[in-house]
Order: sequence, then C-alpha cells, then structure tokens
Amino acid sequence: MSVPVTWYLLLAALLFAIGCVGALTRRNGINIFLSIELMLNAANLSLVAYSRQLDLRTGQLIVLFVLAVAAAEAAVGLALFIAVFRQRRTIDLNRINLMRW
Amino acid sequence: MLDLLWLIPILPLAGAALNGALGRRPPKALVTALNVGAPLLSLLLALGCLWDFAHLAAPRFEQTLYAWTAGPLKIDVAFLLDPLSAVMLFVVTFVGFLIHLYSVGYMGHDEGYRRYFAYLNLFMAAMLLLVLGDNYLVMFVGWEGVGLCSYLLVGFYYDQPFPPYAGKKAFIVNRVGDFAFLLGMFALIDRFNTLKYGAIFPRIAANPSLVADAYGPFGLSFASFVALCFFIGAMGKSAQIPLYVWLPDAMAGPTPVSALIHAATMVTAGVYMVVRTNVIYQLAPGVSQFVAVIGAATAIFAATIGLAQTDIKKVLAYSTVSQLGYMFLAAGLGAYSAAIFHLGTHAFFKALLFLGSGSVIHAMGGEQDMRRMGGLKKALPQTYWTFLIGALAIAGIFPFAGFFSKDEILHAAAANRQWVLYLVGLITAGLTAFYMFRAVFLTFFGRFRGGPEQEHHLHESPPSMTIPLWLLAVGAVTAGVAGLPGEHNWLHNLLSPVILHPAGVKAPEHEISALLLALIALAVAAAGIWLAFRVYGDQGTAREEAWAARFRRLYGLLAHKYYVDEIYDRLIVRPLGALALLFWKGVDALLIDGSINLGAATARVAGEAGRFSTTGNVRNYALYFFLGVLLLFLWLIY
Repeated sequence: MSVPVTWYLLLAALLFAIGCVGALTRRNGINIFLSIELMLNAANLSLVAYSRQLDLRTGQLIVLFVLAVAAAEAAVGLALFIAVFRQRRTIDLNRINLMRW
Repeated sequence: MLDLLWLIPILPLAGAALNGALGRRPPKALVTALNVGAPLLSLLLALGCLWDFAHLAAPRFEQTLYAWTAGPLKIDVAFLLDPLSAVMLFVVTFVGFLIHLYSVGYMGHDEGYRRYFAYLNLFMAAMLLLVLGDNYLVMFVGWEGVGLCSYLLVGFYYDQPFPPYAGKKAFIVNRVGDFAFLLGMFALIDRFNTLKYGAIFPRIAANPSLVADAYGPFGLSFASFVALCFFIGAMGKSAQIPLYVWLPDAMAGPTPVSALIHAATMVTAGVYMVVRTNVIYQLAPGVSQFVAVIGAATAIFAATIGLAQTDIKKVLAYSTVSQLGYMFLAAGLGAYSAAIFHLGTHAFFKALLFLGSGSVIHAMGGEQDMRRMGGLKKALPQTYWTFLIGALAIAGIFPFAGFFSKDEILHAAAANRQWVLYLVGLITAGLTAFYMFRAVFLTFFGRFRGGPEQEHHLHESPPSMTIPLWLLAVGAVTAGVAGLPGEHNWLHNLLSPVILHPAGVKAPEHEISALLLALIALAVAAAGIWLAFRVYGDQGTAREEAWAARFRRLYGLLAHKYYVDEIYDRLIVRPLGALALLFWKGVDALLIDGSINLGAATARVAGEAGRFSTTGNVRNYALYFFLGVLLLFLWLIY
C-alpha cells in the first residue's frame, strides 16, 4: 500500500508554515536561517511528492538543484553572520538596522 | 566711384566700432578725428557717387554684396542708388556731417563726449543703410538701427530721471509701428517671395490686378493691406497721430541729436518709405486718403500745441511733428515729389533751427525756457540771423526754401479738389508762422528776462557751431531752387523714374492758378508773423499771460498738449501695467512658480511619510515580502 500524495503535501505545507512563522518571528540570525532551510525543504518535499504522483523525473532533478543552492546559501549566509558578529558582537537582527532612516 | 557705394554706410559703422578700440582714455582730439572724419569721408564719397550717378545713362545703380537667404525666398544685402535714394543720401550725409561738426563744440565739455560720438556714428550708419537698401529688409535693419540709436541718444543723460524714461517711451511707441511694418513685409513675401523694390514694383505697375484681390482679415485689397501696414509703421517712426507722443519727449536728448535724428533725418524715414512704396499707395486710394487725412490732422493738431509751449525745444519738436504731417499730406495726395521736396527743405531749416536753439541753450547755460530769455540778438548775432533765416523758411516766406515746398503741397491739395485738406494746410501754415515768430521774438527781442549770472555768461558760440549754422542757412535759403514750380521743377523731373504709374490709374489734374495759391499762402504766413509781432514784439509773454487768463480752459488744453499723454496713460499704459502685474504676481509667481513648488512640496511630503517604511529591520522586509507573495498567490488563484 502507498501513502496518498495528499499526506505528503499536508506535511510540506505544515513544514512551510512553521518555517515561515519562524523566519518572521525569530530574532536570532541563525534561527531565521534554519527556518528558511525548513521552508526550502518543505518545497523539496512537495516537489518529490508530485514527481512520484505524476511519474515525472524532473521534480527530483529540481530538488537536487535546490539542495545545491541551499548549501551555497548556507555557506555565504554563515560567512556573513560571522562577519557581522565580528563587527557588532551580536547577530540579533533587531539591532542590525544599519539601513534605518 | 560708384563701386565704393557700399563704403558710405560702412565708414561711420567702422567709426563707431573703432571708437571702442581707442583704448581706455583716448585724447579727445583722436575721438574727434575718427568720429567726425568718418562722416566727412562718407559725405565726400557720397558726393563722388552722386557726381558719377548724374552721368549714368539710366539713373539706377545696384550693388549686391552677398545673398542673405537661401531657398525660395530671395533677399540680398544690396544697395540701390536711384533718384529717390540719391536725394536722401545727400540730405543725410550733408546734414549729418554738419551736425557732427557742430557737436564738437556743443558737446565739448561733456563727460560722455566719446560715447556720444560712437552713438552718432552708429546712427549715421543705420540711417544710410535705411536709405540705400535695395529691399525692405535692408531698410528694416536700418529702420531698427536708427530706432536703437534714437533710444540710446534720447536717454544719453542717463543719470537724470527723465531722459531714460523718454528713451524707453520712444523705443516702445516705435515698436507698435514696427509690428505693422513687419506684417506688411510678411504680406509681400507671401505674395512675391522677395522684398526687392526692383522685383516687386515694376510687376505691380505692369499688372495692377496682382494686388487687387482681397487679403487679410478686414476685407481690404492686397494693396490696401500692405499700404495700411506700412503707413502704421511710418506713423511710429515719423510721429503721426496717434503715435506721435514720443517725439516731443525725445527732446530730452542733447540738442544736436534732436536736430539730426528727431528733425532732419530719422523721423523722415516714414515719409521716405511711403514714397518708396508709391506704386502700392497709388493702387490703394482709400489708404492714400487716410494718409492725407492723418497727415493734415497731425499738422494742425501739433501746430496748435506748439502755440502754448514755453520750452524752445518743445516748440521746435511740435513744429517737426506738424511739418511731418505736411509731408504725409503730400504723400497721401499722390504728390510724392512734393513730399520729398518738403522733406529735403525741412531737413535744412529744421536742423538749422534746432542747432540755433542749441546755440541759445549753450549760451544760456542749459536754460530752455523762453520766458527767461529775451534780447539775445545783441549777444548772439550770428545765431540770431541764422535762426531768423530758419524761421522765415519754415514760415514759408518767399524766396526761402519752405515757401516752395509748402506751396507745392497746398497746390497738390487744391489740384485734387480736397478743399478741407487745403484749408487745414493753410491754417497750419498761418499757425506755423505765428508760433515760430513767437519763439523768435521771445528769444531774441525785448529785454533779457533771465538772472544776472546768465546775462554775464552770455556769449556767441565757437566757430565749430556757427559754421554749420551758416552752411545750413545757405541750404534753407537756396534749397527751394530744386523745386521751382512749373515745367522746370528739377526735383519733380528727377524723381519721375521712381514714381511709377500703374496701368489704369490716372492722376486727377485740375487747372488751378499757382500764382493765386502762392499769394494766399504768403499772405497767411505774413499775417501769422505780423500777429506774433503784435503780441510778442517787445514785452515778452505779458500779453500771452493776459490772454491765457481770459481763455484759461483753452490755454490749459494747449499747454497740456490736449492731455493726450494723460489719456494714453489711463487707457493704455496703466491697464497694461495692471495686466503685467497680474501676469507677474498672478500667473508667474502664483501659477507657474506655484505649480513647480507644489510638485517639489509633494515629493518632500511623500518622502517624509515614506521614510517610516524603511525601518532597516530585515524581518519587517521579510514580512512585506511574505505578504506580497501571499497577494500574488491569491491573485493567481482568483
């Protein structure tokens, strides 16, 4: 027996919602970063689910791309946070408001 | 010699330009040599050209310097010497040079000696361009040039309040006329694609139907439209009703300027232009009649004002306006050679009178009020005799020049059976004799009425001033020979090639006794002089004051020049000023500046409000982004 695609999609939506709320409410840069990763992987999950449902390999291919982009993003993002931390001794986003009027 | 024709206007122009190149403080002798020398060379060249011109087989010489325009519109910078411009050339260079010479003495002590001569040379250049041009555009350049010089020289004493005002007035009133002149030129371009006299007039004369169709907004024929436009232009330059108001105020300039520009040459440019355009005027009988009526009205109107003026230059100014009216009367009646004849004789005797008055003013230390003069005959004998000759000439006493030219005009009016115009002209002649001899008696007869200091200062003017007086006096006596009445009217025969006769236009010829008319005119002039002698002969203005007290209203009306300046001020100047204020304060400052400022203020307020959205907080931006995505999503679904 196979799990219906709806369940995967519901799980993906749940993960996306958690990531979204986390990205919008958290103040710590690393936490926000993790939340974004959560959303990316929610998208990946739905892609894989559709891929199997529709019997198309394209979806799984895109997932590989997303993973690669996410890894690069993580590298750049973490490097940025380290640089910011060295300058300002914090990565609390409420206190990093250099662009403020 | 004729090949050097182009040098005649260029020489004074070079004089004016080199005047500025003389360095910071050139010696006065150098300025004099340059700026009197240039008109002298012009005069000699002009005499040489006229000599050669007189020996040409056909009296016409054209010289094209270069093509001004490209394309279908053909206008050249070109000069034309024909009998009409030859007469003008002689008058302008001869009188112009004498007045330069006179100015050496008159302006000798003036701070602005050098500036004065630069302007005066520039004026000569522009005036010569005006009379020598072979098309209307070259004439117009000269026309505007003399207007500019008039403005500069009227406002010459710029540190006093009135002269700059008078200069502006002269310039602005002239602009009104210039506008109409331009319209006339545009009409000619529209029809003929050229402004060259030699290309337009013969075609019209051969085929008058070319200009007979309706043209313009008022249902006039083409000829009438152009003639009317040009006459309005002439009204401004030659001070005719209703645009004469600038000329009396132009007396604020130095006296030699009044003589040269505002009596002898520039103000006659309008007469020259009308005579030059005679073909078109002959085909526009209605406009010609209008010209004659305006001329006669101006003549008598200005003459009556002249009766009550106390400033010697104002008397001469109104007399100039009046005499210009005479010239237009002649031109309107179709007596074009009479108009040019009077122009020429008037140039001599009016320049003479102005220079004489300048000599008097010079001796009186700047005093111009005739009520404070008197008995100057003894102190200024040469000025007295020459002024008397000028006065006799303008009054029209035989055998002085004014007699012949005025008589020819009155004769033309009578020959045309225009009895009203004839009568107006005759009355004006009487008034002219009266007010001119009023000036003579008040200035030179009786006893001196000025202060003791002035009396001590009285002296005859230096030779550089009296020599031009005598030369002009010779002209005022003898110029009449040019137009002796009858078959041997030299000027009339000379000008006949210029006065074209359009096919189908017949001059009305009525037999009239020339001798009888001449005797009547002479009697009227003599009566005017006799009356002036009875009133002013010995006791100054005493009798005039008695009369003024008895007819206070009438005298006040004349002394205040019929309140025309005041009426213009109320009707035109102030409404225009109010309109200008409205456009300045209302349209420019409020609407235009306001709308720009409103735009700027809107941007600033929007920026002030919008900057609160830029919190600098990344999570806010993320929220906006999220909401945006949500909106897009909703939009996709529905």
